Amino acid sequence: MKRVNNKKQDYWPNILAGIGLGLILILAYYVAGRGLGGSGAVTRITAGAMNLVAPEHTQNLSYFDRYFSDGSLIINDWLVFQIIGVFLGGVFGALTAGRFGKSVDKGKRLSDSQRFMFALLGGAIMGWGARLARGCTSGQALSGGATLALGSWAFIVALFIGGFITALFAKKLWY
Amino acid sequence: MNTAPLVKVGLISGEINLVIAGLIGFGFGFMLERAGFGSAKILAAQWYGKNWSVFRVMFTAVFTAALGIIILDSAGVMPLDSLYINKTYLPAQISGGLIMGAGFVIGGYCPGTSFVGLASGKLDAIYYILGMIIGFALFAETYPLVETFMHIGAMGKATFPEVLGLSPWIVVTLVLLMLIGGSIAASYFEKVFNR
Repeated sequence: MKRVNNKKQDYWPNILAGIGLGLILILAYYVAGRGLGGSGAVTRITAGAMNLVAPEHTQNLSYFDRYFSDGSLIINDWLVFQIIGVFLGGVFGALTAGRFGKSVDKGKRLSDSQRFMFALLGGAIMGWGARLARGCTSGQALSGGATLALGSWAFIVALFIGGFITALFAKKLWY
Repeated sequence: MNTAPLVKVGLISGEINLVIAGLIGFGFGFMLERAGFGSAKILAAQWYGKNWSVFRVMFTAVFTAALGIIILDSAGVMPLDSLYINKTYLPAQISGGLIMGAGFVIGGYCPGTSFVGLASGKLDAIYYILGMIIGFALFAETYPLVETFMHIGAMGKATFPEVLGLSPWIVVTLVLLMLIGGSIAASYFEKVFNR
């Protein structure tokens, strides 16, 4: 096989990447007795950041109670270490596949700044919704799905329905 | 005698557990990158029916992990009731899922994959993560408004085998059949929607 520098590797077949992800998920349960998470660590860090700016206000928010102990943020949390790993694993993956590079992922009809605004808006919607659902695509869909949790499967179905319906009205965003 | 989860039976310390959390995250991020999920264009194509990678990878992972968990449970190595099981609150999970589907299409990523996008150098992922932080802050501010709603229909650690009264082996077989059927349908949809 010819190996050329700067040439992008192909993505793995879906089934291979899926089995790989599944094995990582089993490992998480085997070691820590819990699944993966994408949004928990960022929520904790959000609480910490707000606490720096407005400690009194932040600690009065009942939702954030779980993240504080005696007025200071509990930062040595499983998901915090995990999400740092996700970032580093992503960097390693992108570098070794020749896919690392500054770019903007967008549909051809959007300008960069329009794409940034939609990314900001979509992120905010996702963030608010993920807290309502008590988890995101990782914490609910993957992890809850793997333990055959009823609500997590209902979540998956709702996520796909929400995505397909929204896409009907948002073709301009990506095509 | 069960020997897992390692941290719960005391085979590893809490500190080691955190180090392994980083390693597991590393593997998670690597697999997401290899799946193509550092790209919002690939992720978004799912919602327009053009690329069903999200569906195939997600359900392959769920099936693989569900099978592994059932094998470890049956072998007495890792009892299911020693694991964290997501509690079921159908109204909150269904409405949250619908909202997040919209966020996924508009923003292009989901929370985990946005970190892989960032790791791949995608500038839009930075804005997405900033957006998420705003969303989490807004949620904490508005939590009193939805707190009651979030607790409606509490069913505890309800699982499909339990609710349907079926063996987990049958349920995981159904998941496999759904994965196979769904993948065949997905390939058909990809042809139709890429015309």
